Amino acid sequence: MSFDDKKDLKDNLSASTEPKEERSGLSRRGFIKAAGVAGGAALGSGAITGFPMIWAQNIKDITLRQFGTGVSNLNAISQKAKEDLGINLELTALDSDAVAQRVVTQPRSFDIADIEYWICKKTFPAGTMQPMDTSRLKNFDKISQLFITGKLNDDSEIAQGTAPHTVGFVEGKESVQFASEPTNWMTLIPTIYNADTLGIRPDLVGRPITNWRDIMDPAFKGKTSILNIPSIGIMDAAMICESMGEIQYANKGNMTREEIDATIEILKAAKSEGQFRAFWKSFDESVNLMSSGEVVIQSMWSPAVAAVRAKGIECKYQPLEEGYRAWGGGIGLAKHLSGLELDAAYEYIDWYLSGWVGAYLNRQGYYSAAPSTSKEHMSADEWGYWIEGKPAQGDILSPDGKVMETAGAVRDGGSYWDRMGAVACWNSVMDENKYMVRKWNEFIAS
Amino acid sequence: MRFLTANPSYLQVTPLALVILLFLLFPVATIVIVSFWDYNAYQLLPDFIFENYEFLLTSSVTLSAYLKTFFFAITSWLITLTLGFTVAYYLAFYIRSPLLQSVLFVLCTVPFLTSNIIRMISWIPLLGRNGLVNSTLQEINLIDAPIEWLLYSDFAVILAFVHLYTLFMVVPIFNSMMRIDRNLIEASIDAGASAFQTIFQVVVPLCKSGIAIGSIFVVTLVMGDFITVSLMSGGLSASVGVLIRNEISLLQYPAAAAGAVVLLITVLIMLSIMFRFINIKKEL
Repeated sequence: MSFDDKKDLKDNLSASTEPKEERSGLSRRGFIKAAGVAGGAALGSGAITGFPMIWAQNIKDITLRQFGTGVSNLNAISQKAKEDLGINLELTALDSDAVAQRVVTQPRSFDIADIEYWICKKTFPAGTMQPMDTSRLKNFDKISQLFITGKLNDDSEIAQGTAPHTVGFVEGKESVQFASEPTNWMTLIPTIYNADTLGIRPDLVGRPITNWRDIMDPAFKGKTSILNIPSIGIMDAAMICESMGEIQYANKGNMTREEIDATIEILKAAKSEGQFRAFWKSFDESVNLMSSGEVVIQSMWSPAVAAVRAKGIECKYQPLEEGYRAWGGGIGLAKHLSGLELDAAYEYIDWYLSGWVGAYLNRQGYYSAAPSTSKEHMSADEWGYWIEGKPAQGDILSPDGKVMETAGAVRDGGSYWDRMGAVACWNSVMDENKYMVRKWNEFIAS
Repeated sequence: MRFLTANPSYLQVTPLALVILLFLLFPVATIVIVSFWDYNAYQLLPDFIFENYEFLLTSSVTLSAYLKTFFFAITSWLITLTLGFTVAYYLAFYIRSPLLQSVLFVLCTVPFLTSNIIRMISWIPLLGRNGLVNSTLQEINLIDAPIEWLLYSDFAVILAFVHLYTLFMVVPIFNSMMRIDRNLIEASIDAGASAFQTIFQVVVPLCKSGIAIGSIFVVTLVMGDFITVSLMSGGLSASVGVLIRNEISLLQYPAAAAGAVVLLITVLIMLSIMFRFINIKKEL
């Protein structure tokens, strides 16, 4: 993609969304203020001040139970939701597998599920969630096209794997059949997404890292790691094998049995030669492996890189020639929600898209699903550093106020358009999932 | 009613029987039933198929996981037995004052005041590539390059098992040693036996029940473990427990249930072999 294209893109993005957002942004803030006033008044005097939203004073008593992966289950979000909307948000953070399990097996244990799109493909057909009526969401039109049509801009190619828009809509209110094009019924409202790559210790690798295959370099024997979550690990493995020139995949997100066999064989051979130091399953494990120097190159998630850097240890989220493995998450409604709770959930989801949360997530290195709204909540320097890939003008602070980068720093991988435009594959669940998991177990046990 | 008054023992046994029925037999029966079900990515499908067992019993993964698990179990058992016996022997026969004996015994249990996960994790900064052990050894110039196999290896797994489970050997062996009549030892020495002969021909046979109980603890705990293996091997080795846990986390409950049933049968066979050697009821 040339520079001009990118510029056009940015212009498009701002041209298409900004004027509208000005209006609704204002009305939205007005609404929240009014709701707050109404709530406060109701609390103080017990009288309702004639504000038209009848449930405005009730919503503050509503408790919504949300659970999901650690990435977006943040206490700051529940505090802010309490402040702005008055609802109580109870958050539970689990790992991806546990999340999937809970959506299917304990449908009454949650009100809002914060899950990834590939998990959604697996769990939504179980019928424990309900699709959302997009016409009830004021900010629906702010959601990035990536989640609606699958294309960052009109001429970009759709990446392999479970691209979010393929499981983003169902055919009707009662349907569990994913729709092939956008409908009025959305399974998940996208909240957060990112492009993943390998993390490296620049001080210890001793040479430039440019390709996924570099993780298999004999020079790094016993100093590499990949993640042991089969559905994601297999993708990283596929990126590596393709980069090595060993396998050419028709679709990395939906491999054939032969492709799975070949991939696992390569992994097994590398394992028996002692290429891997360990496999990690959780965020913390990856941070510890990297910061203790046990590994120097490994699959990693963006905030893990930030966490290593926060310890004063050099760590880089290295962009690679073959592109990124992307993932996206969203929040969806439990089947059992109805009445006032359902209203509160819609209100919460709309609030989620309205910018404050998006800005918060952007500052953590993720991307928000409604970029235009989050821009309003960020300074020009922050927006420039995190989204436009420009050098920081001053200190870049983390959401909790710690200095993450100082002036002059540039984000690894560059701008939003550079990073999300270079996605090779989305996290996915394959048709041959059962077979893949068995082979993956074989690799771990070998 | 008359039956019950005639045999009050049935009444007495009822509470325990109910507890066992509810908390042991019922769950196990459920697991057995589910192990014959079918499943897909997100659902359990009630059925009666042998596919789960077929795959389990023919897969090379199962074989290698079982071999690995047996290796862990036998090695940990040997080491904990040696250590446990030695510690118990010292406590029982060398420490004369009963007060000091109790104090030392309590001291043995101190590590158990923290969770076993924490005890395991605390090994990691110690054994790592740049950990305490390696950096100390390098500083005193004993080694040039860090020893890699200290962490994320079978060594680390067994070290953690020994650390976690030695006490389970110490306690029952110490208990049976304390019940040995000291006159027997004296008689053995008077009859001209050496110290080693006394240990192996008098003390060990009389501690059989303690050794058996300790062994049951250690072997069953190691056979069913998954967290120690995955933490200390860095996910590089897989025991039977790790495989079952992987399947559970991927919602493959029927496959996991089949794995659990096979593991249960294996452990029961191992226990029945142990009971062949030692009649615990008689010894107690």
